[in-house]
Amino acid sequence: MHPYFNEMYQGTDVRVPYARLQDWVSAMPTALRSLKQAEAEALFRRIGITFAVYGEGGDPDRLIPFDMFPRVFSAVEWSRLERGIKQRARALNAFLVDVYGRGEIVRAGRIPARLVYQNEAYEKAVVGFVPPKGVYSHIVGIDLVRTGPDDFFVLEDNCRTPSGVSYMLENREIMMRMFPDLFRENRIEPVDRYPELLRRTLASVAPHKCDREPTVVILTPGSFNSAYYEHSFLADLMGVELVEGQDLFVDGAFVYMRTTEGPRRVDVIYRRIDDAYIDPLCFRPDSMLGIPGLMDVYRSGGVSICSAPGAGVADDKAVYTYVPEMIRFYLGEEPILQNVPTWQCAKHDDLGHVLDKLPELVVKEVHGSGGYGMLVGPKCTKAEIEAFRAKIIENPGNYIAQPTLALSTVPTFVDEGVAPRHVDLRPYCLVGERIELVPGGLTRVALKDGSLVVNSSQGGGVKDTWVLAE
Amino acid sequence: MLSRTADNLYWIARYMERADTSARLLEVGSRISLIPSAHGYRSEWDSLLQASGMAEGFDKKYGDPVQRNIESYLFFDRDNGSSVASCITAARENGRIVRTALTAQVWDALNVAYEELRALERRPRSELQQSRLTEWTMRHTAMVRGAIDATLLRNDGYNFLNIGYYLERADNTARLMDVKYYVLLPRVDFVGSGLDNYQWTTLLRAMGAHRAFHWAYGGEVTAAKIAHFLILNPQSPRSLTTCVAGIANHLGRLAKAYGAETDAQRLARAMLTGLEGETVDRIIDEGLHEYLTRFIGDAAGLSLAVHNTYLSRARA
Repeated sequence: MHPYFNEMYQGTDVRVPYARLQDWVSAMPTALRSLKQAEAEALFRRIGITFAVYGEGGDPDRLIPFDMFPRVFSAVEWSRLERGIKQRARALNAFLVDVYGRGEIVRAGRIPARLVYQNEAYEKAVVGFVPPKGVYSHIVGIDLVRTGPDDFFVLEDNCRTPSGVSYMLENREIMMRMFPDLFRENRIEPVDRYPELLRRTLASVAPHKCDREPTVVILTPGSFNSAYYEHSFLADLMGVELVEGQDLFVDGAFVYMRTTEGPRRVDVIYRRIDDAYIDPLCFRPDSMLGIPGLMDVYRSGGVSICSAPGAGVADDKAVYTYVPEMIRFYLGEEPILQNVPTWQCAKHDDLGHVLDKLPELVVKEVHGSGGYGMLVGPKCTKAEIEAFRAKIIENPGNYIAQPTLALSTVPTFVDEGVAPRHVDLRPYCLVGERIELVPGGLTRVALKDGSLVVNSSQGGGVKDTWVLAE
Repeated sequence: MLSRTADNLYWIARYMERADTSARLLEVGSRISLIPSAHGYRSEWDSLLQASGMAEGFDKKYGDPVQRNIESYLFFDRDNGSSVASCITAARENGRIVRTALTAQVWDALNVAYEELRALERRPRSELQQSRLTEWTMRHTAMVRGAIDATLLRNDGYNFLNIGYYLERADNTARLMDVKYYVLLPRVDFVGSGLDNYQWTTLLRAMGAHRAFHWAYGGEVTAAKIAHFLILNPQSPRSLTTCVAGIANHLGRLAKAYGAETDAQRLARAMLTGLEGETVDRIIDEGLHEYLTRFIGDAAGLSLAVHNTYLSRARA
């Protein structure tokens, strides 16, 4: 028997959410399949959804591979996920307001002060400031993996600017164009409300001084950024301007954008650049991407910045361990979604355990992302493990370790036909005046046989993610 | 509209128009290379390169104006900022930056041109005929232009695109004429000779206008007729009058939409009034070269005014 949970099967029976896909795939001749795959690729290329990978060189217009076999959740499965995700997003925001305010959770001894106040992502510049509606992280991307029918684990939280939502929307568009029958036969919840919900969420956190319909913009580092496509895609669907730092300037108590008709005031900035770059007067003085004086306007209530500067302290991989504590502390609830057991190499006991069990564990850098700088013990050679061991010993505080999870699989089109491949899930939770979650998310799939790394920068692909209506 | 967005739109148009000019030059250059050099027609090619400001770059890298070099330089060479490949890539990059200001059809036309260009670049050169390259370019520039005209909202972005097209075209027309008169004909005794007529015809060809010219005028090709056709005739799609009228029209629409007249509108109107009151005789009296030099200067001044007023929009 396969040791991994295949989301389509229970033993030899097809699980209910996938029932109709079974007929669909068995009725599809190989020739038609390649035709459809080519059609999908041509559509993606025509729309211009491409993905440049940092530091890889090669084709700047590479496509993220799209797999046509959808991933499906039943209404019941989703409703539990939804409650768990919203619960987590609420707790993370409560934590952020707290640690930039009185720090009750630290005083109560539920999380070590060092982990919060000495964290690189802790932003002293916003201490004492409460953003509009008490929201720091307006778009929370929560990475989930599944190991069994009812076993979901949160792998990490993304409280700053999680990317990938354009793929959630485009994957759906492409599937609907190519396989309209599938959508007639299955009752699939739509995801296309997302851009409107995002716009409403951002408008709902307009600054105190805004006394009219707020002007929302998206701030991008520019067209050379690998996620630029997504920035312009969202701006287009939301009907807001896509600006760069050079398009904005501060004058007195407000921020303006340069337009052909002269300056126009901006009220809410959905920024897709890091804290360190948004204001050279407050953060990195060498930043060419930011707007000098932005933080002063922000702190005096002249503009809202989403996510709020400082939000990163909640999604640090060491702070992650304490999210279940946050849920209990702020909400008085038990966590609906589990954390992956995590050992912190900074702790002496944990370090010993990690070094003993290295070949069985996944080790990650505390501030790493994109699947870089990590060790997947069971997939590595002895030499690789020893090299990593040396790095951990040299700087234990930089690493955390987790057991290697048996990631679930979903059937995927491969050269030989259809085969199970490992997947994860990133839903996008919106937090403003209300908390909203569209039924769906981005499913990433590790296309290489046996691989557990789903990052698009390392050979991962994407799938359409369905939530079935009741 | 963001000033930077307007700037990107303006440059999409300029680059597409420039790609079109380079493709026409490619055709003319190729024709010239088929003529025996003993007859001295080679200088035509040099002058065309000079007109488009590309002579130095070509000499440095290639030297000999043979077919393959001409194709490389005018179509494929990324070092040449005015090559078809450079222009289409730059236009598409500008389009990618402002996708939200374009319709799906316009973006599609730009993107398809770029994707096909990349496919062309991968093909062995022996499979690519020059005439195909020129036709290919003209087809794609026309498709982008057509998509703009057929699908884009008639808003400020549309005006900036058109201003870009007309400014680029006016500049190209004036420069090509200027070189013809100034560089090719330093000696008065050539005027009216058979050689002269051949060279003028080459010029018309470079602007894709030689058939239109014959429809409009008929009979002998004379310098006066050509000057009238390319400078004053409002029927000619490339004449300076047509271009300046286009610029004035779109600037006028901007002024109306924004409720503010600026230097740009005043300059454009003054240029148009000047052209409308002009005659070929007076132009030849002043000296074609002098006249064109003045025009190129005025056009640059207008282009700067558009830039300062709308495209850079420093804080006001």
